[in-house]
Amino acid sequence: MTAFILRRSLQSIVVLFIMSLIVFVGVNLVGDPVDMLINPEADQAEIDRVIRDLGLDRPVSEQYWYFVLNAFQGDLGRSFIFGEPALKLIVQRMPATMELALVSLLMAVVFGIPLGIYAGLKPTSRISKTIMAGSILGFSMPTFWVGIILIMFFSVHLGWLPSTGRGDVDTFFGVTSSVFTLDGLSHIFLPAFNLALFKLSSVIRLARAGTREVILQDYIKFARAKGLAESRVVRIHLLKNIMIPVITIIGLEFGSLIAFSTVTETVFAWPGMGKLIIDSIYNLDRPVVVAYLMIIVVIFVMLNLIVDILYSVLDPRVRIKGVS
Amino acid sequence: MGASANKQSFDLPATGLRKFWLDFSESPTAVIALFVFLTILFIAIFAPWVSPSNPYDLTSVDIMNSRLPPGSEDFSGNFYILGTDGAGRDMLSAIFYGLRVSLGVGALSGLVALILGASIGLSAAYFGGRFETIMMRIVDIQLSFPSILMALIILAAFGKGVEKTIIALILVQWAYYARAARASALVEKNKEYVEAAHCLALGDRRIILSHIAPNCMAPLIVVGTLQTAHAISLEATLSFLGLGLPITEPSLGLLIGNGFEYMYSGDFWISIFPGVALLITIVSINLVGDQLRDMFNPRLQK
Repeated sequence: MTAFILRRSLQSIVVLFIMSLIVFVGVNLVGDPVDMLINPEADQAEIDRVIRDLGLDRPVSEQYWYFVLNAFQGDLGRSFIFGEPALKLIVQRMPATMELALVSLLMAVVFGIPLGIYAGLKPTSRISKTIMAGSILGFSMPTFWVGIILIMFFSVHLGWLPSTGRGDVDTFFGVTSSVFTLDGLSHIFLPAFNLALFKLSSVIRLARAGTREVILQDYIKFARAKGLAESRVVRIHLLKNIMIPVITIIGLEFGSLIAFSTVTETVFAWPGMGKLIIDSIYNLDRPVVVAYLMIIVVIFVMLNLIVDILYSVLDPRVRIKGVS
Repeated sequence: MGASANKQSFDLPATGLRKFWLDFSESPTAVIALFVFLTILFIAIFAPWVSPSNPYDLTSVDIMNSRLPPGSEDFSGNFYILGTDGAGRDMLSAIFYGLRVSLGVGALSGLVALILGASIGLSAAYFGGRFETIMMRIVDIQLSFPSILMALIILAAFGKGVEKTIIALILVQWAYYARAARASALVEKNKEYVEAAHCLALGDRRIILSHIAPNCMAPLIVVGTLQTAHAISLEATLSFLGLGLPITEPSLGLLIGNGFEYMYSGDFWISIFPGVALLITIVSINLVGDQLRDMFNPRLQK
């Protein structure tokens, strides 16, 4: 177990290293770093100072070393637009994104698993076919377009729900979030639903596929033959065994929810870090872009690591096979 | 079970294209989807001839006609069944031209990614060893990042543009093909016909390309269909965000993005109709892909 975790952690460090290299190469070597990292309005003295600070007058290998060193110290540059440290800007906006992603994930799991199990248990029923058709549609509809439709229908046409911003926030047990106020809840509903739709479809498909596979296994037949109530078979024997792929998905999808929130946040003007990166790319605010990419890569690598470790706890076979 | 086995022995077994079509047409939904997709493909290819007007011909577009609702007519008697956009362009024609760009970018990136990914996947399976380990590690790692994030990293680091969008889509997709190609090549390479080819002392290249590759096509076609739909959707998303194609190549995503600003004033058609076109395209490709997957899935074979 320890060996597995160690090996997996080592691999994560390698991935982090490679990704930092890609971001570094993309920003510092493909373009002119002086143009990209220094405020165009700076005077010559300022430019010279920053070139020295960033070590741009040194060999490439040494430049990369400084980039990593600065990153470890939490210094990923200052935003041209806001004049504040890029890292601080992103950290400020992170709670809004996390909250949106968590609420979406909750929506996807709470609705997705029961619907998927139902569709798997009764594959021929009309309701199941409707569920599956809905999931194909949810899979195919581009997130941003669904967001537009939601705004058009619920905000512009019906005027029920607000379409922009985060609304009022309140602090509860040290956590500041929109979900603690009614106004905040009305603001988060549309974007969270928009973000959840795609994931909902994949959770449904996964739960259905898992159910159809597990239901044929001998232990299910045995449990039924024992005369156990169907609800117990589903809750204990079935649910436990379809949970492994579902947990993986919850972990991995959480990351992809954060990534996809860039789209939803832009459509709904949600003040999270996804909107920040899109705005920053527009405004050529390079330090913020670099900082965002590095942070999101760290988040992803950590999430993947956690999922893999959880996976190996749940299914010991993974540890043995995991050598390759 | 018994009846169908009996029936099988009386009918001549269908082969080749005929069998393919028989299997495919088992799902009426898939047949309709295929028909819809072919229609869209036709429109995309022949956009300049089937469009009511050329939306990018500045002499025929009048700013006075901007934001006309669907079904209106302008002063010179032109009819706009889907209305006009903010610059007075006919929406229907803009959608036809947009389909062309979207499908073109999707198909081109899908094709290059297929060739690249399949070559890497096939040679990884065939040669094995360190090459396989390293390549598949890269595939695993890349697939652990969502496609939108990979595309965002690439476009944020290298800037926007047609070629960059296509390159980003290729880099996002190749890993899926590599994994699918390797998985089926691993099964194929231990079969007798490959052994026979080895006995004939054929070269590695020839064995991979003309013996193993054709037998790995089925899963690759499935991945290819679904990936192309995904690529079209991703390109639309990126273009909507303003990171993908430039305004000189107006894809459906860009049309939707253009309409977004008019939406709050109630001019719904400018972003809804291109979105409907995009949705129909993606759904039809996905349905065809789903049917192909079911056909090629040995576990579901009767």
